[in-house]
Amino acid sequence: MSTLKKALAVSVAAAGLTAGAGAVSAQEITYMCSSDGTECSTAREIFDRFEAENPGVTVKIDEVPYKAILESLPVQLAAGTGPDMAKVTDLGGLNKFYLDLSPYVDTAAWEENFGGTLDWYRASADDKGIYGLHSQLTITGAYINKTLFDQAGVAVPGADATWDDWAAASRMVAEKTGTDFPMAMDRSGHRIAGPAISYGAKLFDDNGDAILVDDGFTAYVQKFVDWHEDGTMARDVWAGQGGSSYQDAAQEFINGQLVYYYSGSWQVGRMDRDVGDLFDWVVVGSPCGAGGCTGMPGGAGIVGFSDTEHPELVAKAIDYLAQEENYAEMTAKTKNIPAHAAVAAKGVDYAGASAGAAAALNAWGAQVGKLEGPAFMYQGYKNNRAMFNITVQRVTQAIVGELSVEDAMMRAKEDLAQALAEAN
Amino acid sequence: MLMILEPVMRVIEWPIKFLQDKLGLKNPAWIFLFPNLVLFGLFAFLPVILNFAYAVTGTDAILLSDRPFVGGSNFTALLDCENFADPNTCRDDLFWRAVWNTLRFVVLQVSLMVAFALITAIILNREIRARGFFRAVFFFPVLLSPVVVALIWKWILQREGILNAWLDGMGLETFNWLLDRSWAFGWSVFLSVWAHMGFYTLILLAGLQAIPRDVYEAAKMDRASPWRVFRRITLPLLMPTMLVVLVLATIKGVQTFEEVYAFTGGGPGSATTLIIQYVYETGFAGAPRLFGPAAAASLLLAAVLVVLTIIQLWINRKNVDG
Amino acid sequence: MAKVISFLTRTRGHGKPDWTDWVSYIYLGLGVLLMFLPVIWLGLSSFKTDAELARFPPRILPMEAETVVVPGYDEPLALFEITDGEYAGETLAQIRRIGLVAQMVRPDDPETRLKVNIQDRKPIESFSLATDNYVELFEKFNFLKFFMNSVFITATATIIMLVVNSMAAFALSKYQFKGRMVVLALVIGTLMIPQTVVLVPLFLITKELNMADSLWGVIIPGAATPTGVFLLRQYMLTIPDEILDAARMDKASEWKIFWRIIIPLSAPAIAVLAILAIMWRWNDFLWPLIVLSSTENFTLQLALNSFQGDLETQWSNLLAMTMLVLLPIACVFAFLQKYIATGIASTGGK
Repeated sequence: MSTLKKALAVSVAAAGLTAGAGAVSAQEITYMCSSDGTECSTAREIFDRFEAENPGVTVKIDEVPYKAILESLPVQLAAGTGPDMAKVTDLGGLNKFYLDLSPYVDTAAWEENFGGTLDWYRASADDKGIYGLHSQLTITGAYINKTLFDQAGVAVPGADATWDDWAAASRMVAEKTGTDFPMAMDRSGHRIAGPAISYGAKLFDDNGDAILVDDGFTAYVQKFVDWHEDGTMARDVWAGQGGSSYQDAAQEFINGQLVYYYSGSWQVGRMDRDVGDLFDWVVVGSPCGAGGCTGMPGGAGIVGFSDTEHPELVAKAIDYLAQEENYAEMTAKTKNIPAHAAVAAKGVDYAGASAGAAAALNAWGAQVGKLEGPAFMYQGYKNNRAMFNITVQRVTQAIVGELSVEDAMMRAKEDLAQALAEAN
Repeated sequence: MLMILEPVMRVIEWPIKFLQDKLGLKNPAWIFLFPNLVLFGLFAFLPVILNFAYAVTGTDAILLSDRPFVGGSNFTALLDCENFADPNTCRDDLFWRAVWNTLRFVVLQVSLMVAFALITAIILNREIRARGFFRAVFFFPVLLSPVVVALIWKWILQREGILNAWLDGMGLETFNWLLDRSWAFGWSVFLSVWAHMGFYTLILLAGLQAIPRDVYEAAKMDRASPWRVFRRITLPLLMPTMLVVLVLATIKGVQTFEEVYAFTGGGPGSATTLIIQYVYETGFAGAPRLFGPAAAASLLLAAVLVVLTIIQLWINRKNVDG
Repeated sequence: MAKVISFLTRTRGHGKPDWTDWVSYIYLGLGVLLMFLPVIWLGLSSFKTDAELARFPPRILPMEAETVVVPGYDEPLALFEITDGEYAGETLAQIRRIGLVAQMVRPDDPETRLKVNIQDRKPIESFSLATDNYVELFEKFNFLKFFMNSVFITATATIIMLVVNSMAAFALSKYQFKGRMVVLALVIGTLMIPQTVVLVPLFLITKELNMADSLWGVIIPGAATPTGVFLLRQYMLTIPDEILDAARMDKASEWKIFWRIIIPLSAPAIAVLAILAIMWRWNDFLWPLIVLSSTENFTLQLALNSFQGDLETQWSNLLAMTMLVLLPIACVFAFLQKYIATGIASTGGK
């Protein structure tokens, strides 16, 4: 019997459950997963071992587009037809559907290793439940196509460069190399939040109530809209869509049609795989403004749902992923930043990552220290999904000229008031 | 096929026969209606009733028992406008943008589509070779699913698509078609006309072929010009079919969603967001999911559709009488 | 050829050529181009590699670069003809491209790396169909599963709809009973209120009946179409009552009358409805989009939509999938287009 199995047996027995070897009858749980690269296939490998150690247990992985996690999963959960567990990014917003893992897992160990991120999944400050395993600690920021900078003979702006410096540099590079787009940002309210905070947006008032719009926020949106006007930002990403649907620009960056791409650390695996040695891509973090040089923390976590028929098995499966060696393996293979204190302390050996990817991951690690208070607050806020959606919808309207920036921001405030009144 | 089902039918026959013979049931109409009425009741009438319940309750809960009563506030919020013609003065500007987009879309799409369908039907009604082939060609896009239609045209119109390549080859400026509000709207109308025109062409063609030949023969005797024949004979006799087509196309047009949604996602901004997409996004794709406004908006839409249908029946009656 | 000439010089009956003939044929010719070319273009594109699809301007036919296996490199390398610069006139294999410079080798001398400006090289290409686009669908995506889901939904929904609707139409056309007009009015009433406006409660009911995220949740709610009842009733009204009365004299049960007399006599209308139903179900999008959530239940239409704009979108696979979604319905159409045309023309319903 491996030490791991012993540990598991002890923790399960401690929870007052009978866990004879193979006592678990045939049970199947479904894990809804979306992938930025290799998340689902890595989970498959680890769960294969889990199944081998627990005869009769099957973990079915349902790989879906990210859009399905954002749009269909909440409807399914409300309707009671959701999966047993899923990889989610709306961490606090789906709290009412979560399965509390604390009766089944070693809470002390979880608190010790995941202390900081556990709060993001909780409903309120006095909630002590353990709901999610933060599998991808992400941070938003930018990638540049260094090769294009070199060819254009333009110096790469330094660490304290402002958004305006970057915009000017990207424009120059695009002009000199005949590249289609100087800059692009994912169509997401989460992505635009960091830059807005750098421009002085607070997002919350002094009582901690969400306000979203203030002068700093408006100032950045105004800039953002202007950049779409003058061709600095690729219009395709924000203006080519309706509603609040997500759209990224990774493919354009990979094709070499984009100089500066503001996205986040989760793209490293994909860049490493798809760009290969077409060009040198470099992580440059977030540009600066009066309010700092912050990106947004965030990421995805694996949660169980209270509707499941096999709560202990779900908890067991998630706990299995949370084991130090499994978590380290997962982090290394998916090329993510660890949210597990012990794993982070030992450092992750990103086997199989190219020199470029390893450098990129280190660069992302260095960005964590630059995060500002409002960014953490925003990430941990229960109704942030509504705020993200409102941002995208209204900023897009300002970009395409349906509303002035001022009107768009006023509408965003009203939308937020309505959303907060309706959300329960 | 029928032989395979024979034993099944025997089994079904038995209880009905029993009711007939032993209980003297003379009129089994309700037995035949029963399965259909159950389905209708559950999936057509009940939803309409429940829709009212959703429309007068609030929050993002899906179960009616969890939803507090809010009276008519969902409706008043939707209809709260200083000036109905300008969505910017409305409380729910997105709803009114969708309403006006839908109205513009329907007017453009229906008029263009019916015009082209009529021209095509008239040409197909002439003595031409390979009529069956041409009829099939024009009908073909009707079979394509909305998503496929959207993808085909997206592929042609994208930034590096064949249309831009063609313009480039002619030495003209290439254009990002789907990023411009007016163009995206125009192409949505075009795509919708392209996809549905064949259907109405067929109906109009059938209407044309029902016009008795001897009327035309008589006109020929009188040396009437083709235009006069068209004005004085074809149009009046085709009018009932035309009206059916017009109203059908309008009812369908108001409910356009799928192909446009897959084509532009409602963008840029809300330039091509139509009313059904508003309902879908408000109720199913937003955060929080506001079922109340979605149901209220769909009830307003249903009211419009009922009015349209009544107009259709009324026009038809007038036509038949006159 | 003679046929074509006689076809093109055909006139309006009296031997006098007429300008309207020319206009008609030009119009029809343009129509054929506009209706068919987009689909043909899609078909051609679906056989191109991703590299070829990214080309601007695109070429009509799918071409693929010729490759050569060079010792020391795992992958076959693409061959280029060098047009200018130091190595002009040579044929080199490309190792990789970095920005504006390509690293190349001579196939017979794999040790020496040469640097070539990317403007100075022209790929050597030949016509080839990238059938991988289609093969990958079955490897990468669960294409077969989506296809089976679509087939199952289409077939089951069509059969249920035909049985249920013809029973109701029979009752409404051949029996006098109290409440008949009420039922008829309800049928017409439901014609007015489309599924699209009752999405929210319809979803709730489907969920309460435990049919959310199952194929039955797509099949059952769509089975009782008012259009179908209406269409069949109109047709059954034309069947003379005497036949039924004669059968009743012979002590046939009402069910037997329906099954043995009405159904065979209504075959043409039922066939039309069957074709329409197949078309509706196969192309259905909005309702499945709401009901089905796990990927294993996706229909082809949903799969198509969700792979658009997904993180891993590859136009090559997407176009190939579009072709496969389009083909079955195109085949059905090719065989049955006559019936579809007459059916639609005679009913005016969709």
